[in-house]
Amino acid sequence: MQFPESWLRTLVNPQLSTDELAHRLTMAGLEVEAIAPAAPPFSGVMVAEVLAVEPHPDADRLRVCKVNVGEAEPLQIVCGAPNVAVGQKVPCARVGAKLPQMEIKQAKVRGVESAGMLCGASEIGLEDKVDGLLVLPADAPVGTDIRSYLLLDDKLITLKLTPNRADCLSLVGLAREVAAITGTKAYLPAQAPVMKEVFDTLEVDVLAKDACPRYLGRVIKGVNARAQTPAWMAMRLERSGIRSISAPVDITNYVLLEQGQPMHAFDLAKLEGGIQVRWAKAGEKLALLNEQTAELAPDMLVIADAGGPVALAGIMGGAATAVADGTADILLEAAYFSPEAIAGRARRLGLATDSSHRFERGVDYAATLMAMERATKLMLEICGGQPGAVIEASAKLPRREPIRLRTRRVARVLGMDMSGDAIKTHLQRLGLGVQEEGESFLVTPPSYRFDLAIEEDLIEELARLYGYDQIEARSPRAPAIMLPQSEARVDQAGFRDYLAGRDYQEVITYSFVDPDWEAALSGGAAPLMLQNPIASQMAAMRTTLWGGLLHALGYNLNRQQARVRLFELGRAYLQEAGGLRQPVRLAGLCYGPAFDEQWGVASRMVDFYDVKGDLEQLPGVKMEFAKAGHPALHPGQTAQILLNGQAAGWLGTLHHKLAQKFDLPAAPVLFELELDALGGLALPRHRAIGRFPSMRRDLAFLVDLDVSAGALLASMREAAEPIVQELQVFDLYQGQGVPAGQKSLAFRIVMQDTERTLTEPEVEAAVAKIADAVISRHGAKLRA
Amino acid sequence: MRNPNEIVAEALAAIRGCQDLPALEQAKARFLGKQGALTELLKALGGLSPDERKAAGARVNEAKQAVEGALKMRRDLLQEAELERKLKEETIDVTLPGRGRAQGGLHPVTRTLERIQALFHSMGFDVAYGPEIETDFYNFTALNIPEDHPARAMHDTFYLQGGELLRTHTSPVQVHYMQEHTPPFRIIAPGRVYRCDSDVTHTPMFHQVEGLWVDETVSFADLKGVLADFMRRFFERDDLKVRFRPSFFPFTEPSAEMDIGCVICGGEGCRVCSHTGWLEVLGCGMVHPNVFRHVHVDPEQYLGFAFGLGVERLAMLRYGVDDLRLFFENDLRFLAQFK
Repeated sequence: MQFPESWLRTLVNPQLSTDELAHRLTMAGLEVEAIAPAAPPFSGVMVAEVLAVEPHPDADRLRVCKVNVGEAEPLQIVCGAPNVAVGQKVPCARVGAKLPQMEIKQAKVRGVESAGMLCGASEIGLEDKVDGLLVLPADAPVGTDIRSYLLLDDKLITLKLTPNRADCLSLVGLAREVAAITGTKAYLPAQAPVMKEVFDTLEVDVLAKDACPRYLGRVIKGVNARAQTPAWMAMRLERSGIRSISAPVDITNYVLLEQGQPMHAFDLAKLEGGIQVRWAKAGEKLALLNEQTAELAPDMLVIADAGGPVALAGIMGGAATAVADGTADILLEAAYFSPEAIAGRARRLGLATDSSHRFERGVDYAATLMAMERATKLMLEICGGQPGAVIEASAKLPRREPIRLRTRRVARVLGMDMSGDAIKTHLQRLGLGVQEEGESFLVTPPSYRFDLAIEEDLIEELARLYGYDQIEARSPRAPAIMLPQSEARVDQAGFRDYLAGRDYQEVITYSFVDPDWEAALSGGAAPLMLQNPIASQMAAMRTTLWGGLLHALGYNLNRQQARVRLFELGRAYLQEAGGLRQPVRLAGLCYGPAFDEQWGVASRMVDFYDVKGDLEQLPGVKMEFAKAGHPALHPGQTAQILLNGQAAGWLGTLHHKLAQKFDLPAAPVLFELELDALGGLALPRHRAIGRFPSMRRDLAFLVDLDVSAGALLASMREAAEPIVQELQVFDLYQGQGVPAGQKSLAFRIVMQDTERTLTEPEVEAAVAKIADAVISRHGAKLRA
Repeated sequence: MRNPNEIVAEALAAIRGCQDLPALEQAKARFLGKQGALTELLKALGGLSPDERKAAGARVNEAKQAVEGALKMRRDLLQEAELERKLKEETIDVTLPGRGRAQGGLHPVTRTLERIQALFHSMGFDVAYGPEIETDFYNFTALNIPEDHPARAMHDTFYLQGGELLRTHTSPVQVHYMQEHTPPFRIIAPGRVYRCDSDVTHTPMFHQVEGLWVDETVSFADLKGVLADFMRRFFERDDLKVRFRPSFFPFTEPSAEMDIGCVICGGEGCRVCSHTGWLEVLGCGMVHPNVFRHVHVDPEQYLGFAFGLGVERLAMLRYGVDDLRLFFENDLRFLAQFK
């Protein structure tokens, strides 16, 4: 909400500077967002009267004017404005004046002496609405400094009001609040009832009584809708951010700003019969003032005449019945619509009006008549006309119930003692009714406070008035109890540190991704889609973290990075048969050289086994890898990660087709592991270290290329005697000495017994058993 | 019998002439070996009379000791020289960089989150997590934000096609946690949150840390104490100014906005603090009784305070990052600055 400081100070004028006042407002919860000057600094400009206008002897477009600036002698000023005329009051910058853009000096203009400049609005830093001079009202006092005449030293204050403080959405409300927080008296505009001069009335029938407990109308006949809005009113509206439109509209807007009561004026001649306040019927439409046509829903409240809806209650009037230049008779409306009846409707229609903003939050239901009288009075003063009586349709208005406030509860919530007297004084300053009852109070909020309903609301008011900063901060007292520290818990921070230590950079990518990428990476499974994405390429909830990693890869490749190693820890979002699942996953990507280019390591590209090695060393996690297929991965370089025999993730090289689709020059290696699948980590358990010597034997086999090391190992384990402690692949060889289509795999077998030294025959027997198993099951040949 | 002194002189000359250990071993054989000159002398002693033998024996032994002494000295010298040579040969350029992989790094948001968690953990706060796809109930209704409440309009919610929503704050974790635990407790809940808003100062996804302390005697004064303490520890400035302003959140009452003295300009006024000298860093308040009622905690018995702070905002202030969007572009040149 924006308003000019000068207006507020006509209602309440604490002895505080603008900045001090702003600080007090901010610290009372009415945050001042901005303070702007009404005009830039300038000096030496005063109100002048144009006495004579003569043509310039040497220039067609210039005039030589005589102007009165309140001194004995008029000044001669050469003026180029097309609209200059005798009798006008205009701003005149005298010699020595400092304007925002220039300084005024005595000058000869085309040979004629000129002792200053007559100014247009832009020359004194205001908005230009007409070409040429800024013509001032006829009663502007000659010789007055223009800054004081136009209140240009005024400040425009913008408040960022929280939704609970609807009562401060008006100058009257603000004045009340400023009075309470500064202890200054407020002078609020009062308006005596305006006597009726005509008997005209209109039938008002409120059908939706809960939604509209009070509807006031008044016919005013014979108004001049073309009347000029007074300068003071136009100025206040403009400085509050509302454009002046026409006198009748300006008056309703002015009352809205001053009183906080939204008003509407209908052109009486355009209404068919009486009006009703009712819920809209399905299918009804209404052409609104803003040229938009609203499709009405049955939960939208309307004002309707015999022909249908004429206004969207509390939100916006209709175009057909709006006041226009030719309007002679009007119906003024001031109503109380309940917040529940208005809330959310404007937003659904894509509207946000000053009226709906206030009704949604709560308008003072006890001030409706006051606003009607105020608007009537202003209308009569500015537009003329004869008022009828106030037409009233009232039902059950809200009532403020008394709230019990316990002194002890105040102390408990705030953590400080506040005396009963202090409580009473603070609440009364806010206009609350306070009745003492032993150790507590019965407090009744005023009609304009929609935010005070429970004891805590009152405690906040007390803290606010006392000052949040005056409440002493303290360190809480609590029993010193240690938090449980599960050693089995999967340590996400540990995984992050581990991967960072293995030369991976952590990234954080958006949870919503390009649906097209998502489909390509998941093999076409349908992801969860956003109804209202920020952009179409951010519309699908990710089912894998790879999309974000690949996007980050592309981003960095475009910025001259050749080697990219990334990881992310975050959720995937899955629509599964059992419902929605949001598992936490750890995913990574490696692209480019295995090592940064360096003197001591031969350059080579990162591959599957590099990344597998990183994964195998993940602290505390024991995983297995099985050959498998994934739609996004290279069919020959894909492994499924198993944890305790359960599928828990994937490791593989991106499929060439996808690398091409994502514009990557080469395919990165990717992994993704579901952390929820880890369960608890096993606690380490000590076993006795063998005291007897271990024996090592190596076996090398020739097998066909498609036989996997894992399969051989599995057979070996099956055939292994209990003395076998370790089985490892230590060499892979293809080439000279190995037949084409075959490879040589060498294994280390370590045997030991904790009780005794092994004998040569039992070692030989154990090795032979393992070798036989491999030879018989895999067609392997033992290599000499 | 040769004069032992002559042999000694000859041996010392030969030993001095040895340039390496094998040569020295040869020289040793020549004088002390089986057929060595001095060995021959010793053998010859047997043919002498006992008196002569004693005197000659003593001379030969003296000679032998002299040669052995010379041999040892020469051997030590040559060994020393050999070691010296080997060391010299093995000398490398220690200024060449080490071999192998470099170090990766954590994202600055993670770094900040871990710092926040560590500070609260030191005061006994446990960490809780909650889902990011939420229902209307947890994100709004249970937090005392009924449908059509104007506060909802301030949340710019992302909705899924199934009607669920992306949580707009971490506050729903309060509700989940209180449904599953009995007071007293104190927790923080870090995580991603989403708002349908994207411009220079907004990203559609960002991070919050929610805090909640519920006990029988916790008060607004405690809330002020804990949060002021946190901000001073976070920024490592004991003299950091803080202030609390009344504000409004449907799920707290009283509610407050917390400002800290601008850490960029020290309160003088700068672009970051919009020349106010203050930075808004978090929203907080005493848990609203309606929130307690939704999770069946008796608001007469228990009180609580809650707060929610923006992680990116703190990271920006802490590390001098001037553009929020940098956090989610994932440019390695940016991220590498936080190793």
